[in-house]
Amino acid sequence: MSQKFRLENVGLINRDKKLSFKFNGKTYYGYEGDTLASALIANGVHLVGRSFKYHRPRGFFGAGVDEPYAIVQLYRNNETEPNIKATEQELFEGLEAKSVNCWPSVNFDIGAINNFLKIFLPAGFYYKTFMWPKSFWYRVYEPFIRKAAGLGVASTKHDKERYEHKYEYCDLLIAGSGPSGLASAYAAAKNGARVILAEDKPRFGGSLLTSDVNIGNQSGEDWANGIISELKEMPNVVVKNRSQVFGYYDHNMLVMSEKVSDHLPKTKKYHPKQRLWYIRAKEVLISSGSIERPLVFGNNDTPGVMLSSAAKEYLKVYGVLVGKNPLVFTNNDSGYETAIEFKKNGINPIILDSRVNPQSEIIDEAINLGIKIKFSYVVVAAQGYKKVSSADIAKISNDKKQLGTIENIKCDCICVSGFWTPTIHLASQSGNKTKFKEEIDAFVPGTSKQNETTLGAANGIFTLEETLKSSFTAGQDLSKKITNKDNKISFPNVVEKISSQHDKFWCVPLPKGKNYKRFLDFQNDVAVSDIEIALKEGYRSIEHVKRYTTLGMATDQGKTSNLNGLQLVSDIENKVVPAVGHTTFRPPYTPISIGAIVGREVGKHSKPTRKSPMHSWHEKNNAVFVDAGVWLRPRYYKQGNENLFEASKREAKNVRTNVGVCDVTTLGKIDIKGPDAAELLNRVYTNAWLKLPVGKARYGVMLREDGIVMDDGTTTRISENHYHMTTTTAQAANVLSHLEYYLQLVWPELNVNVVSTTEQWAGAAIAGPKSRKLLEKLFPNNDVSNEGLPFMGYTESELFGVKARIFRISFSGELAYEVNVESDNGQFMWEKIIELGQEFQVQPYGTEALSTLRIEMGHVAGSELDGRTISYDTSLEGLISKKKDFIGKRSLNREAFTLSDRQKIVGVVPLDKKTSIPEGSHLVKDAQAPLPNKKLGHISASCWSVEHDNPFSLAILKDGKNMIGEKLFVMSPLKNKVIPVEIVSSHYVDPKGERVRS
Amino acid sequence: MLHIKCPYCGMRSQNEFSYGGDASVKRPELNKEISDEEWDNFVYNRKSLRGKHLELWQHLFGCRQWIKVERDTATHEIFNTYKADEEIT
Repeated sequence: MSQKFRLENVGLINRDKKLSFKFNGKTYYGYEGDTLASALIANGVHLVGRSFKYHRPRGFFGAGVDEPYAIVQLYRNNETEPNIKATEQELFEGLEAKSVNCWPSVNFDIGAINNFLKIFLPAGFYYKTFMWPKSFWYRVYEPFIRKAAGLGVASTKHDKERYEHKYEYCDLLIAGSGPSGLASAYAAAKNGARVILAEDKPRFGGSLLTSDVNIGNQSGEDWANGIISELKEMPNVVVKNRSQVFGYYDHNMLVMSEKVSDHLPKTKKYHPKQRLWYIRAKEVLISSGSIERPLVFGNNDTPGVMLSSAAKEYLKVYGVLVGKNPLVFTNNDSGYETAIEFKKNGINPIILDSRVNPQSEIIDEAINLGIKIKFSYVVVAAQGYKKVSSADIAKISNDKKQLGTIENIKCDCICVSGFWTPTIHLASQSGNKTKFKEEIDAFVPGTSKQNETTLGAANGIFTLEETLKSSFTAGQDLSKKITNKDNKISFPNVVEKISSQHDKFWCVPLPKGKNYKRFLDFQNDVAVSDIEIALKEGYRSIEHVKRYTTLGMATDQGKTSNLNGLQLVSDIENKVVPAVGHTTFRPPYTPISIGAIVGREVGKHSKPTRKSPMHSWHEKNNAVFVDAGVWLRPRYYKQGNENLFEASKREAKNVRTNVGVCDVTTLGKIDIKGPDAAELLNRVYTNAWLKLPVGKARYGVMLREDGIVMDDGTTTRISENHYHMTTTTAQAANVLSHLEYYLQLVWPELNVNVVSTTEQWAGAAIAGPKSRKLLEKLFPNNDVSNEGLPFMGYTESELFGVKARIFRISFSGELAYEVNVESDNGQFMWEKIIELGQEFQVQPYGTEALSTLRIEMGHVAGSELDGRTISYDTSLEGLISKKKDFIGKRSLNREAFTLSDRQKIVGVVPLDKKTSIPEGSHLVKDAQAPLPNKKLGHISASCWSVEHDNPFSLAILKDGKNMIGEKLFVMSPLKNKVIPVEIVSSHYVDPKGERVRS
Repeated sequence: MLHIKCPYCGMRSQNEFSYGGDASVKRPELNKEISDEEWDNFVYNRKSLRGKHLELWQHLFGCRQWIKVERDTATHEIFNTYKADEEIT
């Protein structure tokens, strides 16, 4: 297919490189440097989609980030991505794209019936219609709407692309590389400032690429290229294209999305697809330019109606004509620039100017070129369904209220210009309270909130000379403050044509007897009549009007519709625009892919993985791992075809009968040193610590100030002023912060230092009746008898030449020891234990067996110390010292904590001794009681007791102390189970604790 | 993301810190008889100020020091930061 709308010698595309691509299954050709939009227009394709609500045909409206229509589904390298703007997507060889929001095809779209039913689809339609009957919502309405609506389909496949995050600091961040961005960047760079210059398009230069100006005796484009080449050579400057600064956050933190590979057929090896930059800038220069405003008239959404600046950009940058018989409809001089470009390329445009008798250099030039101009004329309505074929035009009275006789003229596109809207999003996001500038009928930034300065068109300055002057000065002054350098730059000579005043007119009245749709928001199909209805129905606040009509709520976030919407509300309400105010600008400025936001923190990189030094041994021995916080711990060691239940039962049983070994490296360990260490422990734990002798361990419970149990663990006195604290795996980091808080802020007079040693020590728990015999083999030179190393004793030794710490502590309730060696020797220790333990039938056991052992012993863990329980609830009240004060003690007097029927830990056994009890189930008195059935308690942990060979659970039960022997029901609506149970003591095995002392 | 000046390490990003609440709260002395009301005020009752607020932050992924930060809760402006034992002027 030939590119019928491509010009021969105009444009910045690379005609030496022809690219083929597919749109809706059909093959076309374009050139390197095209966007998908420019390549389609070159091929005469103007129908690219259907609108959201009425499914009206949609073409192209803009040429960049402001595009409301041309949203496509993109296919690239066997991946698909929705919500891609054809005006931003650069063409690459093999690109494939499809229309969205139409079914079965863009040419024949069943949903377009909505267009003929539009009388039934006014503002708030969904709120009003789909209310009843209620059951219809998810059965009928929602599935229908979901099928009919939508802007593409998200891929359900895993995204194999790489996205990166980068953190950067700079003196000046400059957003936008138009004239103001280039001038300020250049001045600041010459002063030695560290500059980042970001441009969202592939080409630098902004408006200089399309405007007919002269700077320092060069064309605007040549001047821009010269500045960019010079900036790129400077070591203090980072110049980035395809990079959109989309968010302005607190303390001058800005976020920028760099599309590294989206313009290539395939991402290069080791390259990311996109990169998100977090930039902390000392000063921010917002040179984001402005977006042309549409004029509002009948059927102004017909394909072929587009912004005049976009038509000019397609022509000058891509060498593409948006039509060969163009009509330009304008209220200012910008439309003339577009018409002049058409004329220069052999096309005869007609200009309709709503103004009565404007005069300026540009208008004179148009007249001299012989362009036909009709003053006081407007487009009343576009005609044509899938493409503009003609326009109804009419003379308009000076008060803009009366239309003359309607004439119809042939045209194939209508280029509209309703003046310019500064892009103030970033300034507004920074907290800048914007102000309305009467001369341009638009909002501009007010007083800076953070260190931000808005320049050029974004600040409502539309002449090049003033833009360049103020931008050079801003770049120079701001950088001088930072670098203390003052390199003067000579200001270039600027030649530009001065524009005349624009017309405040923006909306063409409806002719008598016609009911044309006049659209404000092109993506969400919000028309003038919708806003009128919303106001009639009593909506006043612009925020409410926005939500009720969905004006400005589409993926383009109202870039082309916001101001016209405000104009309309203020016209109807007889207010001025600043009194109506504008809706809030929030980041992101333009849609950002989820991949870019997530970055590399996906899958196993979503959090760090911590492995014990014995990890490779566990792997080799068929360990099945489980996530324990950020640690990977063996859950069980699989033998043959065993499942979790069988393996954990075997492992636990072996601990009760022989000896088992468990990797306990993950326990938090804190080294505590200093003359006041004992005093600190005495204040942190509920029990007494001042008299703990050297070489002894003690179990302790610590509370939060509100009396709730925070953590438990054993702490051992290694020497006079040296203690070794252990915490639970989950609370390790919190406990360290807790100790630091009290030492640094509350009791700085205590002479103590704390440091985490979790990763310095590898730990193995050796538990079971034969553990002492194994210990004798491991440490033949030590006296590990019950007298030599009694329960809660501690000694230091050597394990075949390796320094080791031996603690006689037990979590399993059996005779048990915990051996610590330096992490590097962990694997050696583990292998020695396994090797020497063979004769005692040693087996490794995982967290599942560990849980079984502690549950049937009634030892509490995280599931009981769940941030809601106090010492009494977990039967740890015996460890509360009456003699001394400690953290949280004063809270224990609270009324709720002293009630006689307060919850307490109990054991739970099913009456049939067979049915396992789901964790989290509720305990109730009467299983048949009407709902809501009163909950008496909940199951905190469940296991299969290896000692009694039946299920056993722990529960936190109201008045648990007096409930032993009671029969209750366990209910689990989730698992649909009701189990009759008996309440027993939480100490289901060895209630007197004889084994640990044996 | 806030930019906080650690008095020991200099300007650092918020994600190196953890928030620790109102810095003006003083823990009652140990072993001192105090009323329920005083204790409740210490444990629970906090003013949710709009404006200047002296608060605690810990430089968790840095020097691990608890510091005091004077911040505007509405605008996020940080006026000053102090070491834990520094006189606040």
